[in-house]
Parts: sequence; structure tokens; C-alpha cells
Amino acid sequence: MSLYTSRRRTNVIATTLCWTGTVFGLAWLVLILGALIYEGARGLSPAVFTEMTPPPGATGGLLNAIAGSLVMTTIGVLLGTPLGMLAGTYMAEYGRYSKLSTVVRFINDILLSAPSIVVGLFVYTVVVAQVGHFSGIAGALALGVLVVPVVVRTTEDMLLLVPLPLREAATALGLPRSHMLMRVAYRAAKSGIVTGVLLAIARVSGETAPLLFTSLNNQFWSTDLNAPVSSLPVVIFQFALSPYKDWQQLAWTGALLVTIAVLLLSITARALSSQGKNK
Amino acid sequence: MDAGFNRQTRDNSVSDLAIVDATPRAAEVDRGKVLGRMALFDFFFHNLTRAAAVLVLLILGGVIFSLIYGSLPAIKAFGLGFLTTESWNPVTERFGAVAPVYGTLVTSTIAMVIAVPLGLGIAIFLTELCPHALRRPIGVAIELLAGIPSIIYGIWGLFVLAPFLQQHVQPALISLTADIPVLSSLFAGPPYGIGMLTAGFILAIMVLPFITSISRDVFDTVPPVLKEAASGVGCTTWEVMRYVVIPYTRVGVIGGVMLGLGRALGETMAVTFVIGNAHKVSSSLLAPGTTISATIANEFTEAVGDLYTSALIELGLILFVITFFVLAAARFMLMRIEQKSGA
Repeated sequence: MSLYTSRRRTNVIATTLCWTGTVFGLAWLVLILGALIYEGARGLSPAVFTEMTPPPGATGGLLNAIAGSLVMTTIGVLLGTPLGMLAGTYMAEYGRYSKLSTVVRFINDILLSAPSIVVGLFVYTVVVAQVGHFSGIAGALALGVLVVPVVVRTTEDMLLLVPLPLREAATALGLPRSHMLMRVAYRAAKSGIVTGVLLAIARVSGETAPLLFTSLNNQFWSTDLNAPVSSLPVVIFQFALSPYKDWQQLAWTGALLVTIAVLLLSITARALSSQGKNK
Repeated sequence: MDAGFNRQTRDNSVSDLAIVDATPRAAEVDRGKVLGRMALFDFFFHNLTRAAAVLVLLILGGVIFSLIYGSLPAIKAFGLGFLTTESWNPVTERFGAVAPVYGTLVTSTIAMVIAVPLGLGIAIFLTELCPHALRRPIGVAIELLAGIPSIIYGIWGLFVLAPFLQQHVQPALISLTADIPVLSSLFAGPPYGIGMLTAGFILAIMVLPFITSISRDVFDTVPPVLKEAASGVGCTTWEVMRYVVIPYTRVGVIGGVMLGLGRALGETMAVTFVIGNAHKVSSSLLAPGTTISATIANEFTEAVGDLYTSALIELGLILFVITFFVLAAARFMLMRIEQKSGA
């Protein structure tokens, strides 16, 4: 009987620990989001979206940083998505069982979780050091490199989910593989691939480390992609570590904006993918 | 997914032309042309996709090559001494990697010590204990935690967590462990708030969702029959987990943990905010330190001189090599559990 009670006791202790662990884990989410909303919302005003980043002691907004982030993220996604989709297509369709696919899959998974700061160093040595100055293009390239593995992974996974009979039916009609892909497989996998791209945007839009020494920062409005460009994460980094209260406030507000954008993107992506599954 | 098919009737004129055509003679000519064009396009598309796949490989190759190329001056100047020198002095241009590497390993260890049991606990909760209605919301919440950019953790750690630890947790730790031999040196010195312990905490919070979601996925691969059989012979929930589920999924769980470790080692922004950036090796966890990625993030744009820049790139190379092996091992283990569940 004592064996029985001690087993029961262990069970109760272990399950209670699991419960508290979960509460503890979720508490972080609440604490972080709470602090973010509390601190960030205080600084929210129209000026944030209409004025440039200020010098210390002056008031201002985040307009140039927001614009810079949007432009570089867009270019990065436009560069990375086609490459990722094509590579994912090769791995799921043409070369499903080839050696190349196995190697690329492995390497891609490593790139997926490789430290992003290393990507920044890569773009720095390849682009910035050669050209001689920091530029928005270099920042966009670094983001593009980070988009690729996410899109490769989801494209491949989603194409693998497309039922074989669909492909066979298309092939039986005499369509070559490329047409079968474009007209059948891509359409069937569309929501999944869009999800992947959204997740990639979400990941990239909060990235700071690869931008620090590629696009650097710019206090003023600049549409010249060949010059340093400001971005929201880098501004947050710089302002948060500064001793000025105004700057710190702007950093919180910027952080709130980034988080809202990222969470919206990932929730949309999740909704899309679950919709695709239910069909 | 059928929507795509229903809409197809209008716009696949090319294939319609090849298959249905009223005038046989014209069709004969057109069909040849169209088929030729299709074959050409197919050939082109096939090679395009293959080129893209090769390009992904080249990117990794490029990363490795550029890091080696960039760190050549430092490798020439310091040789293997780089790995054993503690000093980091931009003025005399003496650089060594010991302090950043030490900081990276210590913060990651703290993170894993906290996050692994916690992550496994949450995964067990989600697969075994959680009421069905809550399972999805909690899973989503944990994954949202994974999606928050690291800079947000950084700013939160700097303004919220660090002051809290400084005022409430660290003084208690110092006074509690003052008389215990080993622990007293681990928790020695004044409570700065920022430092290696705080960085480890932040990393733990960041890594937690990865470990949780992978362990949960891996736990889900256990055939229900096994669990039912264990419960059938009278095992408690905990015993089912401890003696059936965890041994069955051990490789996958270790893979997930390694994946989390890979994240922790390379994480930059969150750590940079709270580590304190001091190039020294100290035995106290409360002391400020630095990590490889924090050093690069802090000093790269201000680095004057080729040797300084090059030394920083060599740090990046070391980081990349370490994470590469950790991640490769993780993927290898996760691949094995996938094969097991697929077979």
C-alpha cells in the first residue's frame, strides 16, 4: 500500500509541476506584452507616424524608421521568396529523391536557425566592404538571405502535402511537369505557401542584428537605397540604450509597433494555414 | 483546394489548344509547336528550380567562405592564440576570444538549465494533462512567444527584468548563498541587475517555446497504443510519461533541446541589452560579461582598423562553427525520430 501511495504522490507532484510550469511559461507572454502595451501606448501619437527620428532632447517620431523598415523588408521578401519557392519546388517535385535535395534540405534547416548576426557579417564582407559604404541595398540583401530558408521549408512541406492523384491526373492529360506544377500543385498548395511567406515577413521585420552593419542607420528621411537607411529595430536598439528619456520612450513605442505587426502577421498566417487544413 | 480546378476552364488556353481543336490539320501543326514550347519551358523550369536549390547551398558556402576570408588578417596575426587569450584591447590591438566564448557558453548553459525542464513540463502538460478546449489556445500562445522578435525581449529585459532582479532576486541570492562554498562564488559581487544571469534568464524565456513546441510534436508521434497499454497495466500519468513516452522519444527530445541550444548560442539582441559588455571572465554569474554575438553587435560599427574588424569576424566564424555543429546534430536526431514515426 505504501508503494501505491508513494507512486500516487510522485504523480501528483509531477503533474502539479507541469501545471505550474505552464502557468509560469504563459506568465512571461502576459508580462512582456503587458509592459510593452503599458510603456509603448503612452508614447503613441500622430507625431510618431509623421515626424523623423529626433536628435536627443527634441520631440519627433519614427517615420523614417518605419519607412526604411517597410522598404527593406519588401525588397528582401521580393528577393528571397522566388528563390525560396523555386528551390522548394525542386526539392518537392523534380528532385524529390535526389541526393541534391537531401543535402539542400539539411543545409536549409541549418540556415533556418543559424544566428542572424552571422548573415549580417556575410553581407558586410560581400557587399559593404567591397562597395565601401553601408547601404539600404545591403540591408535588404541580408533580410533576403533570412527569408529564403523559411520559404524553402514551407514550399517544400506544402507541395509534399498535395495528393499524388492530383499530379497523376494532370500528367495523364499530357501536361508536362512544369504546367502540372503551375496549374495544379501551386494552386493546391497556395494557402500554405502564402503562410510561409507571411511567417518569413514576420521573422524578418523584427530582425536587428543583420541590419546593424549593413544598412546602419540614418537620422533623416532618405529614399536613396545606396545610402544608409534607418530601420525600426535598429532605432529601437539605439534609442533604448541611450540615456535620454525621450529616446527611450520612442524605443518602447517602436517596440510596440513591431510587435503588433509581427503578431498580426503570425496570427494571419496561422488562420490561413488552419483554413487550408479544414478544407 | 478544388477552387483552383473550377476556375481553370478559362485560362488554360495553351493546353486546350493542344488537346481540343476543331480543325485537325491546323491542330497537327499547332500541337507540335505547342508541345515543343511546353517541353522547352519544362526543361527551362526544371533547370531553374535546380539552380535555385544549388544557390541555397551556395549561400551557406558563401557565408562560410566570407567569414574565413574576413577573418584571415586576425588568423594570421594571432593564430591559435586567439582562442586562448583573454585580453581584448583595441588600443594595443591584442584580441582574444576567451571572454566572449566563455560568456556565450555560460549564458546558454543557464538558459538550458531553466528552459529544458520547463519546456518538457509544458509539453507534457499540453499532450497529457491539458483539457481539450485549452490545448490549442495554449499551444498558439506558446508559439506566439516564439514569434516575438528578440529585440523586444531585449528592451523588456533591460527596463523591466533587470531592475526587478537587481532589487528583489539578486540580493536574496547573494545573502542566501553567502555561506555555501561553491554557490557563494557563483553569486558573488554587487547586484548590478545586468549580467550573465539576467542574460541567461532572457535566453531561457526565448528558447522555451522552441523546446516546448518540438517536444510536443515529438511526444505526439508516440503511438497511442503504447500509452494505453502502459495505462492499462496501472501506470500513473507520470509513469506513462517517464517510462514510455520519454524513452520512446528520447532522440527527438534531445534534438529539440539542441535546436534550442543553437538558438541560445547565436541569439544577439536580447543578450546585448542585458549582458553588460565587459570583456572579462569572472566566476560570478552576477557579474557583467559578454557573448560572441553581443561583442559583434556592440563593437562592429565602431571598430577602427582592419585587425579589429577582422578579429570580430573571426569571433563570428567561431560562433558559426559552434552553432553549425550543434544544429547539425539536432537535425540529425530529429531526422531519426521522423524516420521512426514514418516507418
